[in-house]
Amino acid sequence: MSVSTLTIDGQAVAMAVGATLLEAAREVGIAIPTLCHLEGLSPVAACRLCLVEIEGSGKLQPACITPVLEGMVVRTDSPTLRDYRRTVIELLFTEGNHVCAVCVANGHCELQDRAVEVGMDHSRLPYRFPDRAVDLSHQRFGLDHNRCILCTRCVRVCDEVEGAHVWDVAWRGEHCRIIAGLDQPWGAVDACTDCGKCVMVCPTGALFPKGDTVEEKHEDPSQLVALLRARQARQGAPP
Amino acid sequence: MTAPPAPLCLRCCTSAGCLASGAAELRQALQRAVSCLELVDRIEIRGVGCLGPCSQGALLAVDPDGALFAGVRAEDATGLIAALVRRWELEAIDGQRRPLAWTPGRGERLDTSRPFFARQRRVVLENCGLIDPERIEAAIERGAYDQLRRAVQELTPMQVVETIYRSGLRGRGGAGYPTGLKWSTVAKMPGDHKVVVCNADEGDPGAFMDRSVLEGDPHRVLEGMAIAAFAVGASRGFIYIRAEYTLAIENLRGAIEQAQRHRLLGQRLFDSSFEFTVELRVGAGAYVCGEETALIHSIEGKRGTPRPRPPYPAEQGVGGLPTLINNVETFANVVPILREGSDWYAAIGTTSSKGTKVFSLTGNVRWGGLLEVPMGTSLATIVQEMGGGAPEGSTIKAVQTGGPSGGCVPASELNTAVDYASLQELGTIMGSGGMVVMDHSTNMVALAAFFMEFCRDESCGKCVPCRAGTVQLHGLLQKHLAGDATAADLAQLEALCHMVKDTSLCGLGQSAPKPVLSTLRFFREEYVALLKPVAARATEAAP
Repeated sequence: MSVSTLTIDGQAVAMAVGATLLEAAREVGIAIPTLCHLEGLSPVAACRLCLVEIEGSGKLQPACITPVLEGMVVRTDSPTLRDYRRTVIELLFTEGNHVCAVCVANGHCELQDRAVEVGMDHSRLPYRFPDRAVDLSHQRFGLDHNRCILCTRCVRVCDEVEGAHVWDVAWRGEHCRIIAGLDQPWGAVDACTDCGKCVMVCPTGALFPKGDTVEEKHEDPSQLVALLRARQARQGAPP
Repeated sequence: MTAPPAPLCLRCCTSAGCLASGAAELRQALQRAVSCLELVDRIEIRGVGCLGPCSQGALLAVDPDGALFAGVRAEDATGLIAALVRRWELEAIDGQRRPLAWTPGRGERLDTSRPFFARQRRVVLENCGLIDPERIEAAIERGAYDQLRRAVQELTPMQVVETIYRSGLRGRGGAGYPTGLKWSTVAKMPGDHKVVVCNADEGDPGAFMDRSVLEGDPHRVLEGMAIAAFAVGASRGFIYIRAEYTLAIENLRGAIEQAQRHRLLGQRLFDSSFEFTVELRVGAGAYVCGEETALIHSIEGKRGTPRPRPPYPAEQGVGGLPTLINNVETFANVVPILREGSDWYAAIGTTSSKGTKVFSLTGNVRWGGLLEVPMGTSLATIVQEMGGGAPEGSTIKAVQTGGPSGGCVPASELNTAVDYASLQELGTIMGSGGMVVMDHSTNMVALAAFFMEFCRDESCGKCVPCRAGTVQLHGLLQKHLAGDATAADLAQLEALCHMVKDTSLCGLGQSAPKPVLSTLRFFREEYVALLKPVAARATEAAP
């Protein structure tokens, strides 16, 4: 296994070829904010929070999918990056209806955590207050489109881990939304196995167990890694 | 007794633009008149591709005179045929050739020596407007598939790649990536299965170059694709074309079928082991599918959303196979390069941009339409001289190039020679060749808002800056237009433009702010003039 040595924020780090910049940064304890990324799922590089500066590259690159290269010099923090990250969070807050005070995920919400991290105490952009629906047709879970940030973790976990492919993204641009089956009520989709993995990986309160009220959603997305490791161990593959 | 005069050919433009001006009815009326008078043997009525000045349709050319008529209507048909017959009768008396003395009722005869025609250099469009695109025989007569045969029988794939490389041809889809380099990358990829894709998802407002090429000379593109397939070692081809291009789709379908029947596409071509099949894929109306990774997803039957590159399509494209993607005009350049040689092609154009470029000229200009000029021709030549400038009583304010991904060139910079580098310096791009001329009545902020609305509607919604950022940008522009914006809003507009440009995932989002940044650069005073006066704000704030 060959190894690449690179510099992240002045720290030298050696990583196996094929590793991503995000993994390299975490290796040396540098936190790069992420939202759509989740260990165990295929990366989509859609939220753009993890963009970093690479010396010699004119463009910002997403750390979650950019592979390490020998001699790379990476900066994960700069005034520009800080401002862009805050803007991404503001764009997410303004395009949905995120009211923390009445949200099931309050206190356990990745969007909320990122907002605190990037120092977003208010939005510089106007709120759009879109008219969005809530789907409570499933027996055990609910989907509140108002809180959805379209990270597509649910789409990916259902397709890649559970193998049911209940979720998809429909429409485009600002009209994008998550749909179950062929845009059916979630409860009417036979393919759903009621496994709850989508609820588990949802970074916000968009997908939640019915019965949870304010601050009561406690699902932890990092449980996915434990689940995948257990699965691999049972199949006899190296963990 | 003099010899019977040469048979006449009436070339009737059947491209989408002229069809909208009644070209189909005109063609029918001509055919009726000719058959009524039993002149079918002596007068050929030929449907052809674009004849050029689309704004003057319907267009009709008369051969061998080479006369071109504009604004011809169906009711002119009998008059024209009668005039032709009268000329025959007169010529039969004294044996003297004479010019055609006829003008259409409400149209006019166009002077083909005027700059619009004279300053063109037709390489891509050399057959367009001459041949009947529905008959492969017409294309073959003009040499179609000769270069494919030569490549397969006499050249090695490496020689073909080398020829394209040395010609200096760059991608005509917008980004201007060197075509030869792209071909050699795909050619070097391992594997027996590779794919060639023609991007015909032309979607910029005001752009119709690719449509015209496909409508007027579809075999030119098919042959270019087949040569590319031979060069890179591919056996499957796709043409991804937008559903709105009904006539181009129809002509392409017919062309593919005829080429297969003539064994010019398919298996064991020219008694070699080379095989190449082409399938049409019709888009479903998403602008973003012109982006190559979204286009690949769409061909695969998936949602048309872009993905980050690398891996580039050359490594992993359609079905995970190495894929060569070029646009229509790029493929249409391949045949003349092979026929005339790379040195000939490289001698046309400028140091950084070789060959010719097809432009579609639209907007506030007297002579709108399709034209092809050598790279390095100045914007002033194209717009003022060839296009005839702005209509009576107005002056040109700016020229928009590159569609929603491009920017505006102000009138003061019109002397710029058009090539990839010079346009980039002006903050715009060559793009695919759409050129929209705007006169002094155009509100540049409204123009920027129009393009932003376009990008907002066409954003696929995958990445946050493009999905939500274009909405906020459009809102800010609307606020300016409504006269409600402050200096802080203008600053925010500019900052958000840079953020969306720097952080979006694909080209659509990265270039969506360009029309705003470009108009801010050259017409900032128009934005400032729309700002709310400070005094008005102060009174509002007072209790």
